[in-house]
Amino acid sequence: MENIEQRVRKIVAEQLGVNESEIKNESSFVDDLGADSLDTVELVMALEEEFECEIPDEEAEKITTVQQAIDYVNAHLKQ
Amino acid sequence: MIYARIAGTGSYLPGDPVSNDDLVARGVDTSDEWIVGRTGIRSRHLAPAGVNASDLAQVAAERAIEAAGCMADDIDLLIVATSTPDYVFPSTAALLQAKLGMRSGGAAFDVQAVCSGFVYALSIAEKFIRSGSHKRALVVGAEVFSRILDWSDRGTCVLFGDGAGAVVLEASPAPGIRASALHADGSHHAILCVPGNVAGGVVTGDPFLRMDGQAVFKFAVKVLGDVALEVLEQAGAVPAQIDWLIPHQANIRIIQATAKRLGLSMERVITTVDVHGNTSAASVPLALDLAVRDGRIRPGHRIVLEGVGGGFTWGAVLLDF
Repeated sequence: MENIEQRVRKIVAEQLGVNESEIKNESSFVDDLGADSLDTVELVMALEEEFECEIPDEEAEKITTVQQAIDYVNAHLKQ
Repeated sequence: MIYARIAGTGSYLPGDPVSNDDLVARGVDTSDEWIVGRTGIRSRHLAPAGVNASDLAQVAAERAIEAAGCMADDIDLLIVATSTPDYVFPSTAALLQAKLGMRSGGAAFDVQAVCSGFVYALSIAEKFIRSGSHKRALVVGAEVFSRILDWSDRGTCVLFGDGAGAVVLEASPAPGIRASALHADGSHHAILCVPGNVAGGVVTGDPFLRMDGQAVFKFAVKVLGDVALEVLEQAGAVPAQIDWLIPHQANIRIIQATAKRLGLSMERVITTVDVHGNTSAASVPLALDLAVRDGRIRPGHRIVLEGVGGGFTWGAVLLDF
């Protein structure tokens, strides 16, 4: 079983069409990985599906980097 | 058992295509690259001043009636789906009935479910026909969304176009429509609306379309996937068994995300958003008619039509053409 970090990185790579090797944890979806506003919405939807959770819009807006996505999932899966 | 099947389709787009660069030339602060990248839209049609929803509906309806091989007076039910009616009242359906010279005294009314309007109207007509109360329905989606666009709001004014599509739906011993589902959740009304009205001779509130694009995107992708699966399940079918998916044409990325959720190749999806923009209730019958006339859709093909729009409303119809 892959850990959360690996699963998040895989989803980011797939949704944004980038190579996993190009993704750093500090990468910003918009500034470093070329995402536009709709890509970030689709990314949040893919995270919700993978981790079977619902990310409220006001929380989703704060997830702008790979690390923030990993942190969000870690914080909300352990509850 | 009485079923309802589509006997003919028709559509109409006003005037010449208006490209993204044409909009820039008209003073909209945008670019072809931005619009194509976010939406897949390259051009749309805009009705000239004085041309109303019933005018577009008339041409589409005449073409559908001709394709069905019947006469206007053979129709005993007329439903127009529109959010941009000619008048406050009477209904656009009543005005269309007069324009088509229909004197059979059949029922005529409008349905207001925004971009889901055609799927709502088709589903309603199907229930009338299956009940035995009516034999032949004309179902039209007709819109002049250009009238409710704020041309200073570049996030919305580039997305929409005008047009109309129509079908003749008639009683048949064989399907036809196999399943349908309609839904609404009014708690989401504020993310896509024209929050104004006419009172005391003036517009009160805001007469222009307002949208929270990201919220709409997320909601649309989710429900378009869910409701397509719902109608397939009703018919005991799976996505791989459909020949064509015709989703509401709002944004190519909503359509692509929906196809992906259903595990369908884009080769099985009819898309017109690139050349029509979002024509609201007209988008599904416009796309249907285009694909029927260019030979992609043939008799016996299994098709899912689905819509999502302001309200929020959403729905789908599964049919054998």
